[in-house]
Amino acid sequence: MRWMWIDRFVEFVSGERAVAIKNVSIAEEPLDGYAPGIAVMPNSLIVEGLAQTGGLLVGEAKRFEERVVLAKLGKAVFHQPAVAGDTLTYTAIVEDIQDDGAIVRAESRIGDQPQADVELFFAHLDERFPGKELFNPEDFLMMLRVFSLYEVGRKPDGSPLDIPERYLEAERLAGQR
Amino acid sequence: MPTKDEVFEKVQSALVDALGVDDDEVTPEATMVGDLGAESIDFLDIVFRLEKAFDIEIPRAELFPEDILTNSQYVQEGKVSPEGIEELKKRMPFADLSKFEQNPNVQDFGNLLTVSDLCRYVESKVGAE
Repeated sequence: MRWMWIDRFVEFVSGERAVAIKNVSIAEEPLDGYAPGIAVMPNSLIVEGLAQTGGLLVGEAKRFEERVVLAKLGKAVFHQPAVAGDTLTYTAIVEDIQDDGAIVRAESRIGDQPQADVELFFAHLDERFPGKELFNPEDFLMMLRVFSLYEVGRKPDGSPLDIPERYLEAERLAGQR
Repeated sequence: MPTKDEVFEKVQSALVDALGVDDDEVTPEATMVGDLGAESIDFLDIVFRLEKAFDIEIPRAELFPEDILTNSQYVQEGKVSPEGIEELKKRMPFADLSKFEQNPNVQDFGNLLTVSDLCRYVESKVGAE
């Protein structure tokens, strides 16, 4: 799983808000050739990073029982380009979660400067899209661990987030293989 | 208490923002799905904007009576029974079901809701005059 457009979470309050950081590096392939001579990060990948921040926030709110996909971008405003060497701070805030999906407001900042503001709509896939999970459970848990989700994650009452038992079980089984 | 015109203006503005359509496309007769191109995820957006604009709660089942439309008591062979139509009328007094009644295919239900239905629904919630 290489399609990771955040580096790690620095704050995560279940069902409410998440803050992730993304260090922009010239070693990343998409920066090479997108705008020749300028190591600028494509805005589409900033949206992807914001969507990963918000999507994991929405998924975790229901303990990853729902299959969450980005369905719609309400608005996307970019205030300045992000270039190699910048650290982007992505903040996602849940506006509303319903049975069929969720609305998230997200922003990207470079230091104290706004870089992007987006409004994201996530859908919970329903029976019209049959199939099992979107991700292999042990790989998904590994990704969440890499993102430090369970290191920084808290419930709204401040207690630590617990990992869904089915993921731990998948991890145990994978370890035995 | 807002007037009916004020309700329409706010509904119009919510639809313009949510669907990326022009003001003049949002006429009272326009259907949400057929004319304005709303897809299922857009309703999440529209409902949320209306809740904020009018400071109301919109229970999803009031606008989208999925439970009736998926109930075999009310739907047979893809058509809503007269009993089912009665249930829909009770649930959605703001919607004009007269056309749907003539040929009540469940799959056509999604394209029933018009802008004025939505306005009437909001009016009933805010007690507009």
